[in-house]
Amino acid sequence: MNFLLAFVFCGFVCALGQLIYEYTKWTPGHITSLFVVIGSFLDLFHIYDQLVKIFRAGALLPITSFGHSLMHGALAATEKFGIFGLSMGMFDLTAAGISSAILFAFLVAVLVKPKS
Amino acid sequence: MLQDAIALVLKKSKVKKEAIDLYYGGDLNNQLATTYYLAPFLKRPTIGLYGACSTLALAIIQASLMIENHVINQAISFTASHNATAERQFRYPNEYGIQRRETMTFTGTGAVAVHLGLKPSKIKITAVTLGKVVDYMQDDPNDMPRAMAPAAYDTYKQHMKDLHRQGIDYDLILTGDLSQAGKSIFEDMLNEEHLHYKYYDDCGCLLYDKKQAVNQGGSGPVCSGLVTFGYIYQKMLAGKYRRVLLLATGALLNPVMVNQKLTIPCVCHGFVLEVAS
Amino acid sequence: MNIEKYNKVANSHQPQKHILNHTLMAFFSGGIIGIIGELILCFYQYIFDISLKEATPLMIITMVLIASILTGLGIYDRLGAKCGAGTFIPITGFANAMTSSAMEGKSEGLVTGIGANIFKLGGCVIMFGIVSSFILGGIRYIIGYFW
Repeated sequence: MNFLLAFVFCGFVCALGQLIYEYTKWTPGHITSLFVVIGSFLDLFHIYDQLVKIFRAGALLPITSFGHSLMHGALAATEKFGIFGLSMGMFDLTAAGISSAILFAFLVAVLVKPKS
Repeated sequence: MLQDAIALVLKKSKVKKEAIDLYYGGDLNNQLATTYYLAPFLKRPTIGLYGACSTLALAIIQASLMIENHVINQAISFTASHNATAERQFRYPNEYGIQRRETMTFTGTGAVAVHLGLKPSKIKITAVTLGKVVDYMQDDPNDMPRAMAPAAYDTYKQHMKDLHRQGIDYDLILTGDLSQAGKSIFEDMLNEEHLHYKYYDDCGCLLYDKKQAVNQGGSGPVCSGLVTFGYIYQKMLAGKYRRVLLLATGALLNPVMVNQKLTIPCVCHGFVLEVAS
Repeated sequence: MNIEKYNKVANSHQPQKHILNHTLMAFFSGGIIGIIGELILCFYQYIFDISLKEATPLMIITMVLIASILTGLGIYDRLGAKCGAGTFIPITGFANAMTSSAMEGKSEGLVTGIGANIFKLGGCVIMFGIVSSFILGGIRYIIGYFW
């Protein structure tokens, strides 16, 4: 059941992105940025948390979860540190994704010969 | 690759390297990197030109004008492009996985060198038309055929007006790299004005097979060169065509300028190849 | 021929779009990535006996690693050409953007090449994420303050 839910939700978000890509002249950069903003917006009232609970990996994988977890970390830190927690806790949850992406990107770039 | 092409053309036309007076060349890279980094090996004056996908036609026209006026005796015009470097220059990193738009063309990989001389040969260049740069307010860098078709049309009309000729005087009219969509746009524009022609085709459509996944067809400066001097040239030698007009189109876009919401100016240069009687 | 008339002619020759096809393709490929993520999530939860919250970063790191390797091998861009949004919306697309930009800069050296290029495409995602989280987080904080 979990697998089906993950499939449906992740597929749905991707199909939405594809529709935007088809009907506008936006680049993937525009669309991913939009989805990140949507993700953090949905976290404004903790809607995304509910989605994560239901769809698990399906909701965690799309780039929207990146905005969600940035927002979530920031909000969690505000409870401890007040308004300055926004910047202190911003990367708490996404640190894994970003730092691993940078590390692997660097390693792959160093090790692999590119096409050009 | 370009070096190979030049060596081959020298060998084919049985000319010594020292006999060439001048080289004209161009490519798609920033600062014409390929051309000028090759130039030291040529040991001859080299002039770099940029006309996007019309570069080769521009180089040939320049060289033939110089030869016509007896300034120089022999020249070589060359160009090269590589899919990976061109995509990197104008679009995205090669490994970035995105879907190509339906309107996109595929930059051909290749190198072309053409030897031009005063000595008469079987096929000669009889007329040239340098095109105006036109801007039809097209701003989609993923849809270059659409931006380039008016340039081809403009040069076509200018050419016919200058020479008092009509489309039917040519056995074959070729456009550089308008590809599928641009080809039908160009055909429509001619039909609109009731300009008749015998046979028309596009190098971009001829360069790649339909089965190859290149969306709209080939593009790039080598596209017109490879088709014209590789395929059509042989046909002309065999006597299939006697007079061919090549209209090499070029979209003079700059990715930075496009991002600044400016439109894409386009140019088209034409020249006529004729079998000497 | 004026510009308006030209646009009319050009519009009539727009190549056919395959919207339905592409959308279905994006849906299925995105869904499959979701299933793979779920598999990895379950695997980690089962092996290490940890909660969903602790398994999430591990899953994301694994997915990023897979995407980077596929990018390096030149497989991801071919997948991306077929699947479209199915491959650039999930976090794997972010890893692909980073890796491809880094690889592009390889021939220019470590600092001026890889270092300067790595955020070329992925940077906008991070920037918009942070800016929007700051603004929305601030709003949320102020609402919570008065509520």
